[in-house]
Amino acid sequence: MTGIADIRDLLTRNIRTSGIYIAFVLIIVLFSVLTDGLLLSSRNLTSLVLQFSYILILAIGMVIIIIGGHIDLSVGSVVALTGAVAAVVVIRNGLPWWVGVLAALGTGLLVGAWQGFWVAYVGIPAFIVTLAGMLLFRGLTLEVLNNVSLSPFPAEYTSIATGFLNGLLGGYGYDTFTLVIFAIGVLGFAYNSWRNRRARIAYNQTVEAPVLFVLKLVVVAAVVMWFAYNLATYRGLPAVLIILAVLVLAYTLITKHSVFGRHVYAIGGNLAAAQLSGVRVKRVNFWMFVNMGFLASVAGIVFSARSSAAQPAAGNMFELDAIAACFIGGAAVTGGIGTVTGAMVGGLIMAVMSNGMSLMGVDQSTQQIVKGIVLLLAVAFDVWNKKRASATR
Amino acid sequence: MADSAPTDILEMRGITKTFPGVKALQDVNLTVRRGEIHAICGENGAGKSTLMKVLSGVYPYGTYEGDIVLDGETAQFGTINDSEALGVVIIHQELALVPYLSIAENIFLGNERLRAGGAIDWNRTNAEAAELLARVGLSESPTTPISALGVGKQQLVEIAKAISKDVRLLILDEPTAALNDNDSEHLLGLLRQFKEQGITSIMISHKLAEIAEIADTTTIIRDGKSIETFDMATAGASSDAIQDRIIRGMVGRDLDNRYPDRVSNPGAEVLRVEDWTVYHPTQPGRVVVEKANLNVRAGEVVGIAGLMGAGRTELAMSLFGRSYGRDISGTAYIHGQPVDVHNVPDAIKAGIAYVSEDRKQYGLNLIEDIRRNISAAGLGKLSKNGFVDENEELKVAEEYRASMNIRTPNVLVEVGKLSGGNQQKVVLSKWLYTAPEVLILDEPTRGIDVGAKYEIYTIINELVAAGKAVLVISSELPELLGICDRIYTLAFGRITGEVDVPSATQEGLMALMTQETTQETQEATA
Repeated sequence: MTGIADIRDLLTRNIRTSGIYIAFVLIIVLFSVLTDGLLLSSRNLTSLVLQFSYILILAIGMVIIIIGGHIDLSVGSVVALTGAVAAVVVIRNGLPWWVGVLAALGTGLLVGAWQGFWVAYVGIPAFIVTLAGMLLFRGLTLEVLNNVSLSPFPAEYTSIATGFLNGLLGGYGYDTFTLVIFAIGVLGFAYNSWRNRRARIAYNQTVEAPVLFVLKLVVVAAVVMWFAYNLATYRGLPAVLIILAVLVLAYTLITKHSVFGRHVYAIGGNLAAAQLSGVRVKRVNFWMFVNMGFLASVAGIVFSARSSAAQPAAGNMFELDAIAACFIGGAAVTGGIGTVTGAMVGGLIMAVMSNGMSLMGVDQSTQQIVKGIVLLLAVAFDVWNKKRASATR
Repeated sequence: MADSAPTDILEMRGITKTFPGVKALQDVNLTVRRGEIHAICGENGAGKSTLMKVLSGVYPYGTYEGDIVLDGETAQFGTINDSEALGVVIIHQELALVPYLSIAENIFLGNERLRAGGAIDWNRTNAEAAELLARVGLSESPTTPISALGVGKQQLVEIAKAISKDVRLLILDEPTAALNDNDSEHLLGLLRQFKEQGITSIMISHKLAEIAEIADTTTIIRDGKSIETFDMATAGASSDAIQDRIIRGMVGRDLDNRYPDRVSNPGAEVLRVEDWTVYHPTQPGRVVVEKANLNVRAGEVVGIAGLMGAGRTELAMSLFGRSYGRDISGTAYIHGQPVDVHNVPDAIKAGIAYVSEDRKQYGLNLIEDIRRNISAAGLGKLSKNGFVDENEELKVAEEYRASMNIRTPNVLVEVGKLSGGNQQKVVLSKWLYTAPEVLILDEPTRGIDVGAKYEIYTIINELVAAGKAVLVISSELPELLGICDRIYTLAFGRITGEVDVPSATQEGLMALMTQETTQETQEATA
């Protein structure tokens, strides 16, 4: 039974990364049973994407910060501030929607540069800098908004978060365009997996049996296309999903294959060794935070567009959801370990749990308790896993 | 009880310890006589430390097979506290002291001297600490913070802590690895004193000369098995003969020559340093390196000998992109051209490579694989438009795995899982890939076993044969004499001598290494 040994090998070899996917599937199954399938309805899947997209966007930046051995507690406030800036520009001053977007992005970059300066060049721990930032940017938000909500945004602006691409290739009760886009994605994934597999074989690495490899691709393709079909039969492809997909792809590429990404891992893994290997640690730390500011402003735009308003209390506790997503997704508290995909799955686990529990009518207090326990268990698993690894040394 | 006590204080019988997938110890037997100094020798990864962890209860009873018989009674330690209660105390290789607590607080950490009611009795704490310090020959005040002590004195505090627990069997894991010769000598003297007081010691060490000098009995462990135990009195006539005997046991064969032969053929000057002065990074006005002048030619191995604190590492790191110190003045020339290196990237560009004395702290990312550790310093060569050519990276790593003989199934293995010798080869590979002109090797063979040392020396020889200039810092004078062409001696931040190896002796070097002028004595001790 080489097939079974193969599967077991596949799971145990990378229990840290595979564990999370298994947990994800189990949680989906659990909640679709508990909600009588409501969780997986077309309508709910679409709203799930819209509702949690900004947490996922934040988690992309956050996982890079965490890999680098830092933390950012200010992103919730930055989401509020950038949304507020956009609102002041577009709603109060009546400028075009894209000016608001640019102003928000610019604000995010400035915020990132500010925090990056203190962390990288002054050498204050990120925990302190961003704790200060959390207060500072919340205060600035109140200042900018004069303590009142601004709404509504014009339709062009809100369509960033609530818009759908539909009917571009004609509709037949479902949106062909959505299906085509997803099909291209699946093919790309299959091609990439096949290339990796070939490279591993060329390097005499163990690979899963051909049957298993094909099976894996078929399962992934089936799940993704089923998801696409659900979107297609509801309202089509959400604009937010496109933004998110582009960001995930770009940042996976950056973290995995760019020199910058390597340097982030090196700094988080061993700061002194990175410095003595010629990594410009200050510069890398600075850009990590600039990048976080940028992504926080993207999240701020999406969030304000979705609620069509800028509120003083917007983005409250977002930082905690983003951080939780990273740790559930396998990032190490001590830095040096983590992936963008892991953080995305971690964020989706949180999303499915929140959404599932809301559908079941579970109240907020219980939801918080459950989420807290899940975060704790995820990190406990990480710690246990590390102990296990070091015991075999 | 004392009369009827068996002559063997400890017997470990048939110890087998298995980790998932690895048999770390296999049917190991160890018998230690009362009141002796018993050395345990073996290559890195042979299982010495594992055996001592079994003995001290770090690995509790039930996680291993076999028996521990202490004073004729079977012992079953569940925790370190159980073993300490019976007077078995282990001092680990990595010191376990809290830097911001005082000496006295560290000595009684977890074992506090209390008054009725549970408050700490500071008078008793400090008084008893002072007594213990006197026993180990330290004159520091018990209230001195640990961070103010050098490594040698910290080691003595560890020992004071051990004897505070009424130790009968003291286990020392590489006690002198980080110590200079003076401090080592002091520590060995202390062990002899303890022996007279009836304390039995078990000592793990890679320094064979030390073992030849001090041990009564030696047990050799190889590949997780106890190979042999022999009485040192019968092992050989001279220290060298005894060392050869131990090496034979450790590697399972004769190692005829500990230093590979090399034909010295120095070429043009590659590195020249003039009037290099470095100040302490946090203590203004304290000179760490003063007006150092040195040069290294192509194809030449030049050594830097100095006691701990002489400024060896400080000199090297300040040359390497000002990674240490402040207010650095002086000029460095590469191939006769002055180079202005303000940071590590500049240094790498200028062709300087620095292999740190502490590879785990400063050399490697232990949670990353071999491939990425090797490429870490030369990533610029592997990347285009900010992205890494990973096929090329893999190829490079594979080439070094083969050429440096890094023993691993493939280069995707985590570096933290390799032995010390293999880790050092990874660090060397990383720096060789940057194609340096000058390699500064700081304690290149610290904590690695005899076989791997020989390999490192061979690599150094290949480097100079290829025309590189190599600067080696080492605490072991025989090593410097074995591999260098020329040796500079460093004392209290000053270069006190330059000696050609053919005419050098250990005694002569030591004299230069301890040479101080009255003027500097005050500065250095201030």
